[in-house]
Amino acid sequence: MNITSAQYLKSEFDGSISTIKATIDEQEMSVPIDTGNRHYAAVLEWAKEDSNEIAEAD
Amino acid sequence: MSLARDIADLGAVTSRLDTVGASSGALSNRNLIINGAMEVAQRGTSQTGVNKYGVDRFITQSSNASIVSAQVSDAPDGFSHSLKLTNGGTDTGTGAYREVKYAVEGYDLAHWQKDTQSLTMSFWVKSSLAGTYQVAFRTDSGTDYWYSFAYTVSANTWTFVTHVIPPSPNSTLSSDNLSGLSIFFVQYYPDNWISGAATTNWETSSATSMATFPQHWANTANATWQLTGCQLELGDKGTDFEHRSYADELQKCKRYFESKSFTTFVEIGYSNGTTSAHCILPYLEKRAAPTVTLPTAGTGTNELTFRTPTGANPSTTGSNTAYDLTTTQGRIQGGSYAGLTAGGLSTLYLNGTANVTFDSEL
Repeated sequence: MNITSAQYLKSEFDGSISTIKATIDEQEMSVPIDTGNRHYAAVLEWAKEDSNEIAEAD
Repeated sequence: MSLARDIADLGAVTSRLDTVGASSGALSNRNLIINGAMEVAQRGTSQTGVNKYGVDRFITQSSNASIVSAQVSDAPDGFSHSLKLTNGGTDTGTGAYREVKYAVEGYDLAHWQKDTQSLTMSFWVKSSLAGTYQVAFRTDSGTDYWYSFAYTVSANTWTFVTHVIPPSPNSTLSSDNLSGLSIFFVQYYPDNWISGAATTNWETSSATSMATFPQHWANTANATWQLTGCQLELGDKGTDFEHRSYADELQKCKRYFESKSFTTFVEIGYSNGTTSAHCILPYLEKRAAPTVTLPTAGTGTNELTFRTPTGANPSTTGSNTAYDLTTTQGRIQGGSYAGLTAGGLSTLYLNGTANVTFDSEL
């Protein structure tokens, strides 16, 4: 997977964080924070690389 | 019809049932592969790039993004479709590879007595490049174990392959919603990934389980490779392909991926302020919480926006994201809007037709 950005999303409803907004293979996706999800696993691997990090929620 | 004829026919049926029963004891649901006849292609029938599903459940992985994965109608007798790869770009480097991967969910292997029971893999395959190819298996929980076997094809000729896989030494294979067994249909792995001589045992390294490839499919322009009739069953006897109805295969596929097409109104939601709104979005039960892809936010053609209670577009459409995703439902959240009605109903409106996708593939 080619991941180019990732950011935690805060719920407008209750402020909780359960999703990452990520651009994967040039497509914006809502990725659940769930260890069984392959995109979430890929984002975590991507974030281990030096220049990458999952941005904080706005 | 004579009594003798009836008895003869009954004998044939009994013999057939004995063959099936000897494989796994199951007369139905023998095939552990979903969409083995390549009939379901929810993402479209032709896609270019890496990590693409030309048909549901079979992902194409490649070191070159010009590879095409397609569902085509060319198939051997008894089948209507096949998965076809076309090598759009060539590779010669040490990292050059092409493969199609299928992952079997752990739950579907719960009845495999892996330390004593064999598996039998069968499929139809065709390639424009004659030669010897390989299929690799990897158990995916606990210690990874690898097993592979080779098959040989003539150019442009459908060939039936069947192979018995010995019991696995992996005693910690989990029965859960994660990947239990990965199957790699390899068109090409580079020599530096492989030790050079294949063994006939399960190995703890992919390198020692595979032999070098005598032909270079990845470096052959416009080479093609096709697959259908893919069946994996318990036991050491392969049986005829178990055809399931299209409806059955589609429902099985939707545990891993679902594409819902919407036209105009999507759902009814609620604006909790002038800048944000929410609505519930249900879907078929997934293997795990899915990744969701939404249409572009906006009021233009095929774009998605929350609206006011009177059905008017907001003055500004912000961003839409899926939230609180579970295995059965999620919530679409609109944020950074302007002009919504606080405390009012809000329709989620699609100006045209577009798909929302839910991806829970392994």
